[in-house]
Amino acid sequence: MKKETKKQSAFRAAFPKTLPIMAGYVVLGFGFGLLLQSKGYHFLWAVLMSLTVYGGSLQFVAVDLISAGAGLLHTALMSLIIQARHLLYGISMLKHYRKVGRKKPYLIFALTDETYSLVCSGEVPNGVEKGAYYLWISLLNQCYWIIGSALGGLFGQFVHINTTGVEFSMTALFVVVLTDNLLKKESRLPTLIGLGVAFVCLLVFGAGNFLIPSMIGITLLLLILRPCLEKRGCAE
Amino acid sequence: MNTTHTLWLILIMALVTAAIRFLPFLVFRNAEKTPKALEYLGSVLPGAVMGLLVVYCFKSTTVLHWPFALPELIATAAVVGSYLWKRNTLLSIGLGTVLYMVLVQVAFA
Repeated sequence: MKKETKKQSAFRAAFPKTLPIMAGYVVLGFGFGLLLQSKGYHFLWAVLMSLTVYGGSLQFVAVDLISAGAGLLHTALMSLIIQARHLLYGISMLKHYRKVGRKKPYLIFALTDETYSLVCSGEVPNGVEKGAYYLWISLLNQCYWIIGSALGGLFGQFVHINTTGVEFSMTALFVVVLTDNLLKKESRLPTLIGLGVAFVCLLVFGAGNFLIPSMIGITLLLLILRPCLEKRGCAE
Repeated sequence: MNTTHTLWLILIMALVTAAIRFLPFLVFRNAEKTPKALEYLGSVLPGAVMGLLVVYCFKSTTVLHWPFALPELIATAAVVGSYLWKRNTLLSIGLGTVLYMVLVQVAFA
């Protein structure tokens, strides 16, 4: 009985915190579902990806990859590049996710940018079990994402509009994040390095082959410029 | 559409993502012992990767002949401008996408 009340209080503490994420995930998920559907995929494909991959940026790029029938290695590399930042989230989550018991694997699996920001920013409210609180935050967020993807896919299936150009939603998403990065002093230089190296590699190697050289070039340049970047406060 | 191949690609993306998310918890038992170079890359790579991703989005844009990337330029300007003005992510994405769809379907069709 006591355990049940604890679970309820964890839900009540977690749910309001996830509301801002709900708005973002349902809308972005919708965009993803619609985009995938516009390439001729049943909405269940979007649901499957939101269930198993569960990573916003990668899923948008994945629409490109699967509709073009990309190679396995290319796909693995792209996933690695886009998801590498999660290494950092994991490192800073080591303490938070200690002693959460059997929930831990799911908490780690579902650690997206937005869930990370919620788990990092707020203290666990008094009298609420830590693991249950984190679980509700993670679970609710993934539900919003799945619901958004499903709605987007269904919308595309049943409402027939001309979706030519809807692929720009991915560009718009990344451009917004890029703009935000450029506004922040600490991420400005790394972002410009990424832009510059990738642009040069695109010109030199062409659209089909520029990813691997870009990634190598970016990593090398970041390592070479490490003293300079650290001095400018880019690596906090 | 090749169902088997699509399933393979989704499996790979799911596995790589999960591996990256689990790796720190498997390798580093406490936060103090993580290699400094890895921490450094972890803090600067996300920004750099976003630069790469934006270039990736524009990789197939037609620049040298009509419409000279005009739909992309106009829609991107709208995304950046509206974001600088309102700082609202979803608003800028929605606005940019709808504008781009109108541009390619109507104005530059």
